Amino acid sequence: MKRTHPVLMVFHWLFAAFMLAPLVMVALVSFTDKGYIAMPFDGASWRWYIAILKEDEFVNAFYRSVVLGATAATLATLLAVPAGMAIAWHRFPGREVILGLLLSPLMVPHVVLGIALLRFFTQLGASGTMWGLTAAHTVLVLPYVLRLVVAAATGFDRTVAHAAESLGASSWTVFRRVELPLIVPGVAGGWLIAFINSFDELTMSIFVASAGTQTLPVKMYNHIANTIDPLLASISTVLIVLTLVLMMVLDRFYGLDRVLAGKQ
Amino acid sequence: MTSGRSALPYWLATPGVLMTLAFVAVPLVIMLSLSLYPFIPGVGVGEHLTIANYAEMARDEYFHVIFARTFGMAALVTVICIAIGVPEAYVLSRLSERWRAVSIVIVLGPMLISVVVRTLGWAILLGNEGVINKLLLASGLVTEPVKMMFTFTGVVIALVHVLVPFMVLAVWASLQKLDGATEQAAESLGAGLWTVLRRIVFPQVIPGVLSGGLIVFALAASAFATPAIIGGRRLKVVPTTIYDEFLGNLNWPLGAALAVVLVVIVLAVSISANRLVERRYKQVFL
Repeated sequence: MKRTHPVLMVFHWLFAAFMLAPLVMVALVSFTDKGYIAMPFDGASWRWYIAILKEDEFVNAFYRSVVLGATAATLATLLAVPAGMAIAWHRFPGREVILGLLLSPLMVPHVVLGIALLRFFTQLGASGTMWGLTAAHTVLVLPYVLRLVVAAATGFDRTVAHAAESLGASSWTVFRRVELPLIVPGVAGGWLIAFINSFDELTMSIFVASAGTQTLPVKMYNHIANTIDPLLASISTVLIVLTLVLMMVLDRFYGLDRVLAGKQ
Repeated sequence: MTSGRSALPYWLATPGVLMTLAFVAVPLVIMLSLSLYPFIPGVGVGEHLTIANYAEMARDEYFHVIFARTFGMAALVTVICIAIGVPEAYVLSRLSERWRAVSIVIVLGPMLISVVVRTLGWAILLGNEGVINKLLLASGLVTEPVKMMFTFTGVVIALVHVLVPFMVLAVWASLQKLDGATEQAAESLGAGLWTVLRRIVFPQVIPGVLSGGLIVFALAASAFATPAIIGGRRLKVVPTTIYDEFLGNLNWPLGAALAVVLVVIVLAVSISANRLVERRYKQVFL
């Protein structure tokens, strides 16, 4: 076992405390029985969790975000799997350009993408529509799936596929029976990380969504811009707990550190 | 690996390429052209090409302050993320299997939690009635609340929290390629902790620090939610100014011009930082 200097260990736990502090704070405040932001130590209750259920706009925004995230992640996966296989298994002129283009949404600030898409959709007469939001989220999360698919496909031994081919399997059979099963963990991890990124996305959606198509982060942001109340804390705590559950699923599937490395 | 003149890879990549061209490339070109049209109050976008929006930015002191604040903030956040992210990645790489799993959830897990949620946590912590001020007052270190909401310091603290995991991840990735024997050799030759870190570990993780630093800088300069909530109206940065121009003043051409300049500066800083560091530490990039 390597010995780590005690000063560094103290630093490590201070760092961990810094990372946890705002999340713990949100969770604590959500249990207050007061009408304003306060600690729950002199009166705790479920009041603000029960209050969520009466907030139709938040509940609707939550469902909208879940559907949007699942749709965008699925569409992005359908686009990224063939593209990822082409990039991982073939050398062809223009390969680097195509890879760069498909990863480019990672490089463009979301606020810039947001206003560009707002102008674009307005000219198409589609601003604030759900399909516009879905298309925007699909290209935004495509790079996350693509990277995990390319990583999974690159680490895989092509002689297996060649063996299947030489035994008479058609290319469709090779894909379905040999190639796809081997990259499934990458695809599944990619889908989940794409879903999380779509679900959390705020800055681009603020410009693309309209009052009728507000996602949960947009709704929360607009609420915070007016007032910070314990309702936001209880909604946030629900999101923190859901994220923890997703993290456990991701860890089971794929290894949390590998998925997080794809988050950059 | 297949190579040759087959059209198959192009067919496989086409759907994704078309989607990205349609919903990223085309809108960006449209935005660039939008920045070259005049804004006519009450009417909207004018008809004749002009550089008036860029001229207004170059002339108006108001925008200079906002750009200086944005990039000063991004630079400070990047420096702090390097200062605390590099040692944290080092500790993470040396923890036992079990503690590392726990620490990854704590240190890197917040990346998966919405920025709105994390910023809300900081808004609660930093307020005049917030926990930090209550602790400071109770300890007698200060006699009246320290103002942290709607200040530069507050935004920097919250942005460091949001962005430092990117730095830890990037440095951690390059630490995994590091040969532990070099550290042991240095230690056995009598080097202390600080010397080992400064002379052995740090030079070898420079590529990780560089890529992490570039990500943090670009994300800090274009961050919206955190400066908007913690900084508020009084502490505008470029992204919140773009938001106000677009959705408040409805001056889309000026907002588009601000966005173009933001992207150009971020790109220019990234490219020059890359060149500078690669020249300075040539040997570790080979």
